[in-house]
Amino acid sequence: MKRSHPVRRAVLAGAATVSGIVLLLSLKPGTDPGAAAAAGGAAPPAAARSPQGGRDTPGADAGAGTVLLGDEVRTPYGPVRVRLTVSGGRITKAETVRAPGGGRSDQVTAAAVPRLNQAVLSAQSADIDAVSGATYTSAGYRESLQSALDRADG
Amino acid sequence: MADPAAAPLRHVEEVMGTVFSFDVRGGEPAAVRAALGEAVAGLHRADEVFSTFRADSQISRLARGELTVGQCAPEVAEVLELAAEAERAGEGWFSTAYGGRLDPTGIVKGWAVERAARRLAAAGARGVSVNGGGDVQLLGTPGARRPWRVGVSDPLRPGGLAAVLSAAGTAELAVATSGSTERGAHVVDPRTGRPAVTDLVAVTVVAPRLTWADCWATAAFARGSQDGLRWLESLAGVEALLITAGDEVRCTDGLASWLG
Repeated sequence: MKRSHPVRRAVLAGAATVSGIVLLLSLKPGTDPGAAAAAGGAAPPAAARSPQGGRDTPGADAGAGTVLLGDEVRTPYGPVRVRLTVSGGRITKAETVRAPGGGRSDQVTAAAVPRLNQAVLSAQSADIDAVSGATYTSAGYRESLQSALDRADG
Repeated sequence: MADPAAAPLRHVEEVMGTVFSFDVRGGEPAAVRAALGEAVAGLHRADEVFSTFRADSQISRLARGELTVGQCAPEVAEVLELAAEAERAGEGWFSTAYGGRLDPTGIVKGWAVERAARRLAAAGARGVSVNGGGDVQLLGTPGARRPWRVGVSDPLRPGGLAAVLSAAGTAELAVATSGSTERGAHVVDPRTGRPAVTDLVAVTVVAPRLTWADCWATAAFARGSQDGLRWLESLAGVEALLITAGDEVRCTDGLASWLG
């Protein structure tokens, strides 16, 4: 695989994943224009255009957005519902609200959370300070998300 | 400038075959800048002392029996002691004796990053983020109203993130990832001396100190998803995210508390 991954491609990849995951969750349509567009698979989340995309957005804002409740999804591990908080067109929180209980299933359910997290947070809108990943070479660094962060003003 | 103290001090340094990124907030500017210089010098010194690629490094000379630990820089004894502790906790999956030869490479980078970060915090910085080639040590906070946030890169979707972790509510957090994507299969199974046979493409470990997070990520990667997850779950104060070659994501029960 070629190692070049400009940020633009990251956003496209993120958007593609969003469509898949959001369809899977079958969120109630019409509750939020951003989520509805994403559910249609036609557009990326409005995250990049978010007015709250500044680096100093306090985390507390995450609780202030619109809350979308996913339909119950039957999985091999039991029924699961996902609750998304959307604020300023951007998904700020993703959590499972009904999880199957007991042993091994718990791990699988917990695993669904970062999966979703990944799907909804494109690198540009995630408001992050650093990126953790397999050790890069100096050449790999130049095309990494971390190098983009290092060039940021804020 | 509204608040000069809040402006981040950023620095990028190429050392140890990778790139270190510093993001330092707050503190008295002159003191913090001086500490940054010392921290960077400390990374280069660690590379000189511990590099197994340099025949004249102290670690190479120690391995050949030309030096004793007592004749080496004090950091050598410190790192070897930490490495011995990691080997004990790693249940045979973390080693500093590959092919019978002394090689503490697996612990040096995490230790060096953590030391650099602590040096800056000790100089009065309010928030410190040091990323050593993908392994991050966070101390303090970047701002009064905001915690440090770290993206975990998704090895199967280049440029994408598998998760975002937040250091909210803690003064120290480290995020270390061991994987096979950027530099090929660089994790060695200590039992065979060969590249680890694993179903994982990445393991990310979250713990207070990068010295340990880095070791545990390496050991868990070699163990594979099932055994690795079970072992990580048994470690106190350690959470983890594992991504398999089959694109499955597994994580420890407590990881959700760090998702941001």
